[in-house]
Amino acid sequence: MKREVGRLALLLAPAAIVFCAFWLLPMARIAVLGAEGPHGLAAYSAIITDARYFNALVSTVTLSVVVTVATVIISGIAGLFLARNHFPGRALLTAMLTLPLAFPGVVVGFMVIMLGGRQGLIANLAHQLFDVRAVFAYSIAGLFAGYLYFSIPRVILTMIAAMEKLDPALEEAARSLGAGPWRVLIDVVIPALKPAVISSSAICFATSMGAFGTAFTLATRINVLSLVIYTDFTYGADFVMAAAMSIVLGAITWLVLALARTLAGSTVAAAGG
Amino acid sequence: MSTFGYRLRFGLQLALTLATCAFLIAPVIMSIMAGVTGNYFTGIARSGMTLQWLEQVWHLYSQTVYLSLQIALACLAVTLVLGVPAAYVLARSRSRLTRLVEELLVLPIAVPGLATGLALILTYGDVRAFRTSWLFILVGHVLYTLPFMLRSVLAVMSSIDLRTLEEGAASLGASFRQRFFGVIVPNVRSGILAGALMVVTLSIGEFNITWMLYTPLTKTLPVGLAETYASMRLEVGSAYTIVFFIMIIPLLVAMQMMSRERRRIVRVVEDGNGNPASR
Amino acid sequence: MAIRLRDSAVSIRLEACGKTFADGTRALEPLTLDITAGETVVFLGPSGCGKTTTLRLIAGLEKPDAGGRVRFGDDDVTALPIEKRNVGMVFQSYALFPNMSVAQNVAYGLRVRRVASVERAAQVTEMLDLMHLQEFANRSVDQLSGGQRQRVALARALIVKPRVLLLDEPLTALDAKLRETLRVEIDRLLRELEITTIYVTHDQAEAMSLGDRIVVMEKGRVAQVGTPQEIYYRPASRFVAEFIGTMNRLRGVVRGGLMEIVGGHLPCDAADGETAELGFRPEDARIADASDGALAGRVAAAFFLGDRTRVIVEGVAEELIVVESSQRRQFVKGETVHIAVRPDTLLRLN
Repeated sequence: MKREVGRLALLLAPAAIVFCAFWLLPMARIAVLGAEGPHGLAAYSAIITDARYFNALVSTVTLSVVVTVATVIISGIAGLFLARNHFPGRALLTAMLTLPLAFPGVVVGFMVIMLGGRQGLIANLAHQLFDVRAVFAYSIAGLFAGYLYFSIPRVILTMIAAMEKLDPALEEAARSLGAGPWRVLIDVVIPALKPAVISSSAICFATSMGAFGTAFTLATRINVLSLVIYTDFTYGADFVMAAAMSIVLGAITWLVLALARTLAGSTVAAAGG
Repeated sequence: MSTFGYRLRFGLQLALTLATCAFLIAPVIMSIMAGVTGNYFTGIARSGMTLQWLEQVWHLYSQTVYLSLQIALACLAVTLVLGVPAAYVLARSRSRLTRLVEELLVLPIAVPGLATGLALILTYGDVRAFRTSWLFILVGHVLYTLPFMLRSVLAVMSSIDLRTLEEGAASLGASFRQRFFGVIVPNVRSGILAGALMVVTLSIGEFNITWMLYTPLTKTLPVGLAETYASMRLEVGSAYTIVFFIMIIPLLVAMQMMSRERRRIVRVVEDGNGNPASR
Repeated sequence: MAIRLRDSAVSIRLEACGKTFADGTRALEPLTLDITAGETVVFLGPSGCGKTTTLRLIAGLEKPDAGGRVRFGDDDVTALPIEKRNVGMVFQSYALFPNMSVAQNVAYGLRVRRVASVERAAQVTEMLDLMHLQEFANRSVDQLSGGQRQRVALARALIVKPRVLLLDEPLTALDAKLRETLRVEIDRLLRELEITTIYVTHDQAEAMSLGDRIVVMEKGRVAQVGTPQEIYYRPASRFVAEFIGTMNRLRGVVRGGLMEIVGGHLPCDAADGETAELGFRPEDARIADASDGALAGRVAAAFFLGDRTRVIVEGVAEELIVVESSQRRQFVKGETVHIAVRPDTLLRLN
């Protein structure tokens, strides 16, 4: 038995060492650093006390919430539709909807510029139809579009997977007891999707909170939290504030994900794949 | 249940799905076209197709492509060596300690990449040799992709009866090394493959951490993209994006095919587990 | 306490009901069947024979191919989907709603029918008492054992007083001992209820004990319809003979009213020179003395089953013969034995 424990420890060691050396330790380091400035531990409360940071927090949270709600609704309807209806071209449609999964934030920003920039699709269409150049890429609408762009593929996959796991016998049983299609949706389908909705909402929210590349490329006037942190670090050389605020942001995203895991049950085991 | 109501519902859902699809794909197509258009402003009809932008991108940024590939493959190697044994440990012993370890190892993706990058710089930025080498970026990528390899392999390991397999092999005289490489690894092949595709894809596309860690000599592809989007003309940025698509799309297709295959197998197994669904 | 579900149970009629699926598979050849009100009919057959498809056609989960009609009593229900047919269905996996408690599961059908909550609660309590599920009322369904889940599924289906009760292999997911106990319970319940019941299974023991009539199916077609006794003693085809119980098969050429096989001969009314195939059940043959026994062979193996011994005999024909003996003796491998078969139990298989 002891030999087995020793062996297991040996197998886990490399990953543990790398993790501790390159993540745990540095994180602890910046957590400490955040409290080493002129204000000490008060630096951490700057998220609320400092106007700039507070505004950034409000903007980021609002954006993340709105994006999450919109994504879940859109992905829910589209995902249910794709899981339920089998028609030629369905596989292609699904593939196209999940393509942007691998795009980094910068590419997403570029895609938004393609759609809503000065030479964008919408601008050209509006020019042709209404003689107005409708540019939205650099406003809150553009940011919203960008965040939607990287969120939808993720959530759709989760929805489709959850739908496919649903036992068709459950719906048939409800129908055998007299339930019509709406009742079946409300009594059987949606409750079955609850864990998937919760976990994908949380992932969507957390990803949006921590997103950087998209906002960076769109360079809007709206300052999301990650951009403010970045600016303070790179241009303001305010390592202390940047460190403290990073820890705060990290804590928020981690908390949201942890909460969702407890609510939805630990069904997130294979969600990464 | 009226057929009209049913058809209307179907039509609306289809419309929404198609609109979403268009929203996601239209700019991809547009940027591909822009990358081979002589002048995006005047349009492809008037300025014709050209490869000059791709040539220009390659001339300026071929290094980034090689570096990204290098890092991605190195990342794959490292996550395999670190992740597969770790997944085995987590699958074998479900104690509170190992559950804590699992939670910890997943932290780097629960936290924004910016924070991870910042932490690395502030801790190891002084070690000049490390800071300026591509290994610095590799570390960031490994931290970010390891949880995905871990989860992917762990998922498969948890679904097979690991203990029985091992006991079977041990009863036939196999040593641990023989069991690990001869029995366990082949049986979790699908998890390893899926994890591998995921790791390579994520590494090639990683930006948030890399942007904090890069130096002018260690620029990856996404870093180069950010530069061109900011400072160069649209056609160049588009051409560079085409290069990115060429690298990433085959990987995504492979992942799609793998997941479809896996779901088909799962369905067959599940049907046969209870009882064959007789008609 | 008996449940009086309806004053009159309903008859079912299937007219030329076939089913071809979208991918071209022909699951069911056009079938016509009359089921009397209150009767329990068991559809029996191996996987893929079409029995579940037939059940689903009666339920309304599938539509028959053009020309097929399904009638409940005087009503033509062919065009009605399942939610309008007022049937009670128990699924192989029970399909209990995981997000509801036991009581809520049972109450679901009443909720859909907008029964007032007070009335609903009273009916649910009564049903739970009947099924001995009172203590589980507020439990979540995943805390129940297989047998308990099955009872919840039954309760849920019966509480809405369905016209027809449909059971799709309800015992298949349970282990052998539990299956036997529950089979007895279901049998008792079905006799009490007097509701028209369709039961699908691949287990012949279930079919024989539960069915008033059995429909044996093979590859989308009906092989035989009859009472359990008819099916067992007078199987209409070789398939039915071999599917139900054990059947010994002997082939040989007939001469002068006797079929000649390695170990002896048996009476057979085929023409001279014709090759016939005869069958008999193990319990219709006995180990006899050399003078009584028409067939001679050697013991290949013997299995002591407690109340009887199964003796496998070789050398009588090309195939091994199974005979049951209630003699209190040991059978030695290789020992010569003689078998006597009751001539009136011989079945002509070809």
